[in-house]
Amino acid sequence: MANLEINFAGIKSPNPFWLASAPPTNSGYQIQKAFEAGWGGAVWKTIGAPVLNVCNRYGTMDYKGSKIIGLNNVELISDRPIEINLKEIAETKRNFPNNAVIVSVMVESKKEAWQEIIKRVEQTGADGFELNFGCPHGMSERGMGSAMGQVPEYTCMVTEWVMDVATKPVIVKLTPNVTDIVQPARAAVKGRASAISLINTINSIIGVDTDTFEIKPNVGGKGGHGGYAGPAVKPIALHLLSAVASDLEVQKARLPISGMGGIETWKDALEFILLGSTSVQVCTSVMHYGFRVVEDLIDGLSNWMDDKGFKTMDEIIGKSVHRISNFGDFDLGFQTVARINHDKCIQCNLCYIACEDAAHQCIDLKELKIDSRVNERLWPVVREDDCVGCDLCSRVCPIDDCITMVEHETGRPHITWNELSKAKPAVVQEWGKMEEYRKTANIDIH
Amino acid sequence: MAEHYKPVKYKAWEMSLEERFQEVYPPLSERDATVEANRCLFCYDAPCMDACPTHIDIPTFIKKIATGNVKGSARTILESNLLGATCARVCPVQELCEGACVLEHDHKPIAIGRLQRYATDYAIEKNIKFFEKGKPNGKKVAIVGAGPAGLSCAGELAKLGFDVTIYERQKLAGGLDTYGIVVFREPIEVSLREVKMIEELGVTVKTGITVGRDVPFEDLIEKNDAVFVAIGLGDVPNMEIPGENLPGVHDGLEFIAETKTQPLNTIKFGKRVAIIGAGNTAIDAATIARRLGAERVNMIYRRSEAEMTAYHFEYEFALGEGVSFMFLTQPIEVVGNGRVEGLKCIRMDLGAPDQSGRRAPVPVANSEFIVECDMVIKAIGQKKHTDVMQKLATFGVQETKGYIAVDTTTNRTANPKIFAGGDCVRSIGEASTVMAVQDGKIAARAIHEQLVGKGELAASIS
Repeated sequence: MANLEINFAGIKSPNPFWLASAPPTNSGYQIQKAFEAGWGGAVWKTIGAPVLNVCNRYGTMDYKGSKIIGLNNVELISDRPIEINLKEIAETKRNFPNNAVIVSVMVESKKEAWQEIIKRVEQTGADGFELNFGCPHGMSERGMGSAMGQVPEYTCMVTEWVMDVATKPVIVKLTPNVTDIVQPARAAVKGRASAISLINTINSIIGVDTDTFEIKPNVGGKGGHGGYAGPAVKPIALHLLSAVASDLEVQKARLPISGMGGIETWKDALEFILLGSTSVQVCTSVMHYGFRVVEDLIDGLSNWMDDKGFKTMDEIIGKSVHRISNFGDFDLGFQTVARINHDKCIQCNLCYIACEDAAHQCIDLKELKIDSRVNERLWPVVREDDCVGCDLCSRVCPIDDCITMVEHETGRPHITWNELSKAKPAVVQEWGKMEEYRKTANIDIH
Repeated sequence: MAEHYKPVKYKAWEMSLEERFQEVYPPLSERDATVEANRCLFCYDAPCMDACPTHIDIPTFIKKIATGNVKGSARTILESNLLGATCARVCPVQELCEGACVLEHDHKPIAIGRLQRYATDYAIEKNIKFFEKGKPNGKKVAIVGAGPAGLSCAGELAKLGFDVTIYERQKLAGGLDTYGIVVFREPIEVSLREVKMIEELGVTVKTGITVGRDVPFEDLIEKNDAVFVAIGLGDVPNMEIPGENLPGVHDGLEFIAETKTQPLNTIKFGKRVAIIGAGNTAIDAATIARRLGAERVNMIYRRSEAEMTAYHFEYEFALGEGVSFMFLTQPIEVVGNGRVEGLKCIRMDLGAPDQSGRRAPVPVANSEFIVECDMVIKAIGQKKHTDVMQKLATFGVQETKGYIAVDTTTNRTANPKIFAGGDCVRSIGEASTVMAVQDGKIAARAIHEQLVGKGELAASIS
């Protein structure tokens, strides 16, 4: 059995699965129940400034019969008195000394206020802090949450205030609602943060009721942007994670990252880990199914590690980060063509119309004698010489392994755009030169 | 589930015998399994779990298929039911888990049986071993009968560190899972693989040995710390009608066993076959006869459709296979000159309810007629092992209606050293593989508590 233990900036956890700061971590009752179910750690729902909540708080993105592929919310940070939260934090840590208890905090932008809350939380015995610089609704309007995280200078400043008094590790949680997430990540590094977590929820309007014209979720006839989360945001989260994880300044500082954003299955979690997360945080999946989802997170990851021969988390954390590259460094000579397996093809011909209307018109519909069956419908056939290898057809194909992209050596030079720009600057600047180059490089655009 | 089932077309030139005996339901593809698994709502406190006699954590194993953790899924199944691969195929899921599914009422229940088969087949294909035999605890248990109850009990005991030997009178272990399930529901390999898995846990399986004849019961009881009796039931009883010994009259269970153990093209079948009975074995015999090539298969039953004991889905399956049903028809004589030529029957009416609560069939005077046939298969239940019952009675084991009487929470008999399970204790309720598996589990737990649990307790007191 693989060992799933992690050491996250000094915070020890029996496994990498933490509950994200959110409604599932609102109370000691919930977090202790979660630890019993197997969660390795939990980030306490943000405590700090006084708040009042509204109804309704959630809107969901349901897609083609599946509920909650995305979830947005306008719920605020903890609305329970700080004293009660602190008491329950202490009790939870006492009862579960081996689990990671991290407390998310957010107060107004005053040094005294931040330092005071940090000192008060330290007394509970909690393992660390997460600074909520990401909440996109309700708090940002009051100059907190993402209002803080969207200005790198503020991120750095508040982090420094906290680091001046904190004796436990401090995680800076980043908002995705910025143009370039690397900037606030570097600000956290500059502010001497112990670790980074991302992403917080994304600004969103989940929908409009086409009968009543109300915005969803409807708060007494009005609505507004809320934080978007759930499986639908995973690709965005993976991108932002990879951007931070592959940034040289972050790498140099050796800050561990806690990744989150749409993790529902152990495979989702694994992808975050491969892209540089030491711990992973989960919320929406728990809001949908309860704490019990952790069982398959642990079992699935552990089975995968056993099957692949990995024994510890250190062997897999960040294993795919070095593959994150840029378009300018991709191999222009890497060529694939689509190949259709007619034994598997069910003749829906979606590949044909996708290629014909939306790609490069290189699939034909033909009469084929595949077997003894009498079949008057036409079969899709790729003209491989014309196929540009875009991969759209195999993406729309509903049958597993029916269309495969086959690597295929065309004799094109294996050169990147950046290398080409350097070697032949004229080619990348003038269409005439580009045409000439294509001829010599065996690149035919039909 | 039924959407994938297509009745065989009985045109010899379209399908070979082998093709006709392939599993009726094809395995789910990875994609089909994923789509179906994702349809599962992952109910909290799911009713399917309660409906499963072995209480498999169904939502969890299905969720694991959905996430691609198929290995974990198979483990979840086998932790509750070592014979999960057989149960996936033969359980009356419509009556159990799928019947309880919350999507059953307004929608379509999750295909739990087929998903279970997907996961357990994966484990078999990859040859994954999930369990190890426990640290030897020095206790010996003998098990009589290597059917599902015996295998389940043996496996659970071996995991707990017991030294277990199973005695089986047949040549192959597996009981009715091996010999009694039609090939197109479960190929024999599935059952034999489960036997192998139990053997790999350190259980000794001695086949071809009849306890009471080759090994005395006294020896077993004396030389072991506990004995688990899982002898099932016996042959099909006589119909007590004239002519039933004529060549051409067959035992339904033997007929099924032939298709499991002999080359299909060597099995003799009639052109016109009369099946007597309307239980699940009768249906199996009828559909086998059709798939072998019988032109006309009549099921003859003295009560009506409402009283037949076969599951409704089995009845529908037989209808789809082209089997004819003659209800309210009582066979009174097998006729023929030297071999079966026909079955003389009399028409029945339904009268007042009998002891079983079902309306009793009453003969209609002067309504005799002959069903022409060249093969008669009787499938009217199974005999009890009265000889074994008498022997066990000398050890204080009691009986209920010819079945071994046990305490249902422990499967212990009146003799504290002797436990029993499976069809031989099924005086009430449905005889099925899954019930037998659960009996084995219950008995294993009770044996462990009795022999080891108490010992530990004693040790801690002293």
